[in-house]
Amino acid sequence: MNRQETTATARIRVDQKLIADMVTPGSRLIDVGCGDGLLLDLLVRERQVDGRGIELSQEGVNTCVARGLAVVQGDAETDLHNYPDDAFDFAILSQTLPAIFDVKGMLRELLRIGRCAVVSFPNFGYWRVRTDLLFRGRSPVSDNLPNAWYESPNIRFFTLTDFMDLLAELDLNAQQIITIDRQGGARSHKEIGHWTNLLTEQAIFLIGRG
Amino acid sequence: MTKHEPDGAQNAGDAIAVEPVVTDLPGHRLVLGEIDPLRLASGQMLGPFTVAYQTYGTLNEDKSNAILVCHALTGDQYVAETHPVTGKDGWWGSIVGAGRTIDTDTYFVICINVLGGCMGTAGPKDIDPRTGAPFGLNFPVITIGDMVAAQKRVIEHLGIVKLFAVIGGSMGAMQALEWASRYPEMLFCAIPIAGAARHSAQNIAFHEVGRQAIMADPNWCGGAYYDRDLNPERGLAVARMAAHITYLSDSALHRKFGRNLQDRQKITFGFDADFQIESYLRHQGRSFVERFDANSYLYITRAMDYFDLAAEHNGQLPAAFEGSPVRFCLVSFTSDWLFPTAESRQIVHALNAVAASVSFVEIETDSGHDAFLLEEPEFFRILSGFLRGAADQYAQTMTGTNA
Repeated sequence: MNRQETTATARIRVDQKLIADMVTPGSRLIDVGCGDGLLLDLLVRERQVDGRGIELSQEGVNTCVARGLAVVQGDAETDLHNYPDDAFDFAILSQTLPAIFDVKGMLRELLRIGRCAVVSFPNFGYWRVRTDLLFRGRSPVSDNLPNAWYESPNIRFFTLTDFMDLLAELDLNAQQIITIDRQGGARSHKEIGHWTNLLTEQAIFLIGRG
Repeated sequence: MTKHEPDGAQNAGDAIAVEPVVTDLPGHRLVLGEIDPLRLASGQMLGPFTVAYQTYGTLNEDKSNAILVCHALTGDQYVAETHPVTGKDGWWGSIVGAGRTIDTDTYFVICINVLGGCMGTAGPKDIDPRTGAPFGLNFPVITIGDMVAAQKRVIEHLGIVKLFAVIGGSMGAMQALEWASRYPEMLFCAIPIAGAARHSAQNIAFHEVGRQAIMADPNWCGGAYYDRDLNPERGLAVARMAAHITYLSDSALHRKFGRNLQDRQKITFGFDADFQIESYLRHQGRSFVERFDANSYLYITRAMDYFDLAAEHNGQLPAAFEGSPVRFCLVSFTSDWLFPTAESRQIVHALNAVAASVSFVEIETDSGHDAFLLEEPEFFRILSGFLRGAADQYAQTMTGTNA
C-alpha cells in the first residue's frame, strides 16, 4: 500500500510538473478546484506566478490559506461569473472536470476569465479502466481513480477521444496535448489516435480560444 | 468623501476643537488637526483633537513591520495588556503578543482608540471649548471613514509609509475594508474578520434598541449627564445585554447555560435572575458601564449603521476596490448571525470582480460573532499562515524595488 501511495504521489507530481512547465513564469493564474493547494503552491514557488485559487471544501481552503495562498471558499460552477473577462493569463482546472455538472459552461468560463485554459483529467479510455469493466464487470478503482463509485465526486466519465470531440464541437483549439502513461511517461501529441486513447492514464490540455 | 478629495480645511477657524477630559489612562496621545483640521463625512471640520493609541513591539528600521489592529464597537487600544480600568487581559491578548499569532517580536502593532471613543480619543465626553462643558450630543456624528482618516494621520505621524497589514474584527473589519478602499497604497494586506461591507437592517435595528434603552434612562438627560454627576447606567447596561445576545449563538448559549438555575434549586415565581443566563447578562451589563461611556455607545453604533462601502461608490461594491494592490484575507464564522458568512462572501465576490488577491475562509464554530475574540485554533492557524505567506511576498516586493 505504501509503495502504491508513493507511486500515486509521484504520478501526481508528474502531472503537476507538466502543468508548471506549460505556465509562463510570472503570469496571473487561477486554479479552479485547487484542493489543498499543492499545485498552486508549486506554481507560486517555482514559476513565481500571481496565483489565485477557488475550492469548494472548507478543509482544502483552510489548508491553502494556512500555506499562504490566495484561495477563496466557493463553488466553481456558480462563482466564476464574478471574475471579469481576461482576469488571468491561465485558468487551470486540474483533475476537476469529471466532477463538473456543466462541462461546456465550465470550459467557456475558463476561457472567458483566462486567456488560456489548462485542463487535466483522468482518461476513462485507458485500457485498465476498460478491462475493469469488461472482465471484472466493476467500476474502476485505481491510484488515479481512488474512490468507489458511490463516493466518487466524479459525475462525468469521458475519454481522451470524447474530450477531443467536445473541443471540436466548441470550436476550441488544443494548443498543446500531453498524455501521461502508467509509468509517468509524458508525450506531446497533435492528434489523438486509438492507441493513445488506450494507453493514456491522464491527459493535460492547453486550450486557446479557438 | 472620495479618496482623492483633500481633507484639509479651507477655514480652520470654523473647525470644532475638542479639549480632552483629564484622565490617567496610560498610553500614547497625539493631537491632530491643529493646522489642518479633519473634514468629517458630515461636512464638519474637526481640530484640534486628541487620539489615544497603544503600540507593541518595535518598529524596524525600514518601517515595514507595522500592523494596525482596528478595535470593535466596545473594544479599545489596550489590545494586549492588562486593561487599565477593568484589570482584565487585553481583548486580543490571545492573538497579539510575543510568540503569538501576531508576534510582537516580529511586528510593530498599533491600535488606536476610534474617533468618538471614550478611552482617550476625542469623543462626546470631552470638553467643548466654546461652552466649557462636555460635548454630549453636540459632538459631531462620525463615520467609519472618519475614524480611518484619523488613523491615517497617526500612521503618518509615526513615519510609516506603508502598513504591512490592517486587521480587525466586526467594526474593526469595517475599518480594514475602509482602509483598503481609501488608501490602497498604504497597506500591503487587509484582514477583515467577521465583517460586512455595509451594516444590515437587522443590525441597525439591534443598535436602535440599544440606543433607545440609553435614551430612555432618566439619567441620560439628553446626553448632558456628565456635569450632573449622573450616568445612564441602566440604559447602557440594557443596551449591552441586548447586544451581547447578538454576539453569541443559540447553541453556545445552550452549551454554556442551558436552562440552569442560578444559585438556587427551584424557580422562585418572581423576577430575580433565576436562570444563569439572566445572571450572566446582568453581569455583562453591570461590568460594561464601568468602562464605557453611554454617549460614545450612541456615536459608535451610529458610525456602524452609516457604514455602506458600496454607497460611497454609486452602489457598486467592486468599485471600492478597483485596481487594488491590497492582498485580502476574509474570515467568517459559521454560527455568526450578526455578520454572517454571506456578508463576507459578498465582499469576496466584489473583490473577485476586480481580480483582487483574496483569501476567504469560513471557520466552523458554535461561538457566534464573538468567535473572533476567542480561542479558535483553526482561525489562529489560518491567520498565521496568511501572515507568513504575505510577509514572504512583502519581502519579495521590497527586495524587488531595491534591486
